[in-house]
Amino acid sequence: MSRRVYVNGAVWLLLLTAAWWLPLIGGYMALASRVLVYALAAMGLNLLLGFTGCMSFGEAAYFGLGGYGTGLFLTHLTHSTVLAVVAGTIVGGIAAFIFGPLVMRRRGIYFAMITVAIGQIFYFIAERWNSFTGGEDGLSGFSRQPLHFGFATVPLNAVAFYYFVLFFFAIGAGVIALLLHSPLGHTFVAIRENRRRAQFLGIHVERYVWASFAIAGLIAGLAGALNALQNNFISPINLYWVESGNLVIMAVLGGMRSFWGPLVGAIIFVGIQDYVSSYFPNNWETFIGGLFIIAVMFFPNGILGIIRQRAKAA
Amino acid sequence: MELLLFDGFNGLIQGAFYALMALGLSLIISLNSVINFAHGGFMVVGAYLAFTLAPYIGFWPALFAGPILAGILGILVERTLVRSMYGRSDPIYSLLLTFGFALIIEDVVRTIWGAQGVPFEIPAALGSPVSTTYFFLTGYRLFVIAAIGLATIALFAFLRLSRFGIRIRAGILDLETVSALGVNVYLLRSVNFAIGTLLAGFAGVLAAGVLQLAPTMGDDVIMATFVAVVVGGIGSLFGSVLGGLLIGLAAGITTAYYPAASDVVIYVIMAVVLIVRPRGLLGQEGLFE
Repeated sequence: MSRRVYVNGAVWLLLLTAAWWLPLIGGYMALASRVLVYALAAMGLNLLLGFTGCMSFGEAAYFGLGGYGTGLFLTHLTHSTVLAVVAGTIVGGIAAFIFGPLVMRRRGIYFAMITVAIGQIFYFIAERWNSFTGGEDGLSGFSRQPLHFGFATVPLNAVAFYYFVLFFFAIGAGVIALLLHSPLGHTFVAIRENRRRAQFLGIHVERYVWASFAIAGLIAGLAGALNALQNNFISPINLYWVESGNLVIMAVLGGMRSFWGPLVGAIIFVGIQDYVSSYFPNNWETFIGGLFIIAVMFFPNGILGIIRQRAKAA
Repeated sequence: MELLLFDGFNGLIQGAFYALMALGLSLIISLNSVINFAHGGFMVVGAYLAFTLAPYIGFWPALFAGPILAGILGILVERTLVRSMYGRSDPIYSLLLTFGFALIIEDVVRTIWGAQGVPFEIPAALGSPVSTTYFFLTGYRLFVIAAIGLATIALFAFLRLSRFGIRIRAGILDLETVSALGVNVYLLRSVNFAIGTLLAGFAGVLAAGVLQLAPTMGDDVIMATFVAVVVGGIGSLFGSVLGGLLIGLAAGITTAYYPAASDVVIYVIMAVVLIVRPRGLLGQEGLFE
């Protein structure tokens, strides 16, 4: 128990002080924001993947929808950045809520396939609906607006935006943590461990899968909203199945049975993407792919899985 | 009407590609219990190898050399990577492993042949239009249909008539018993994986003549291939052919009436099939759940 407190304290301390130590090791704040955005999406996905045991391969749909929600909201309706984030989050969550009943009955590979199918439908809509979404070129023409606090106005430069993202990351991570410690979270794990037994115990498995799917979509929507603000741009590529695959890679690489696994995975993924592409501009995918293959073959519970095993053995 | 015929025929060609891809994928899923996400990658590799070899050995030998090399690559991958997945009870791990490998293939292809698409030269005899009476049709497109038809018939004949093919079919039904009867199931699975990737390579070479070659051409095709397999029913080879033709035709016909929806229609079909009849048109109940 105390170990968990130390780990959580250390993680939050590192995240809060990133503006101070990250430049020392050659990083920059936009990179840190990217890590948090993807970590949040992957943590949402992991609620399904790691804790409910449902292989979703279409999480990018809700990530991208959150982005489009925020972008369109800022373009047409408001100049409030915070409201736009809320709007994007709700768009992602509602979409997942609506499509939940279609996916909740499927298991295994069929679950992966139907989530992909729904994701691809959104991808092609975003790509073809030129007048509304900007089509293949993506949606631009919106930008994150300064925050107004009444007494002060804060422009969202790289450092301020990092803390803006961290604020929402903390909310998202907090919600997930609370959930996992609640009876609802324990039910998710029970479904993962033995779906049939959970059913015999009178648990309405499908309703819980639906809940897990909707919450994961909500979190992905939040991450997508932040992603749109990070780039001041959103493109259909953010909804493509490859993006869903990237989120799965992050969750599995870091450790899908661990709470912080997706964060570790996102650090590695975004780090490799940034670091390797500055030396081999086109070959970072080989590094990721190779690392991922090694992970799947030799440590399927991810990097945190190994560390935990060591800690238990010691 | 002419437009409908034209688009419908194009859809049929597209569907034939998907069917050929889906056949290979279906073979691998059924016997190896591996969900091969790198199937599109093998297709691209076969196509690019044929493209590279064609100037030296000519179009016709390259048409066979490319797929055979894709098959050899398939054996190597099966021996080194995929084999370690056989013991895992959850097929999801094989999906993840091959997804990682697909990333590597795409990256390597881009590094060797460049990110830009390259045109694939086809013999002049096949490139000329055969008929312009009802709709425009090049000989190559007819050739593609015939080649895919022949490959499909050859595969089914191999599975029905040859001893090895019969063992593959028996293995699909009950691998443990086949193993107990003294068949080397490791060899069986290796060869089966290679046949699957060979078919993917063959589809790639044929597609290269119609489309441009590009490193990312596998990304869209692999998804459509999964759709074909799921619609036809996982575990049914005949279903895969049917599923491929069906979604190709549907995409073609949609192009004639409402072009913007032509890409999305196959996913709508898959979603409907998964909701109404989860095992697919000809699939078995409860497989891979």
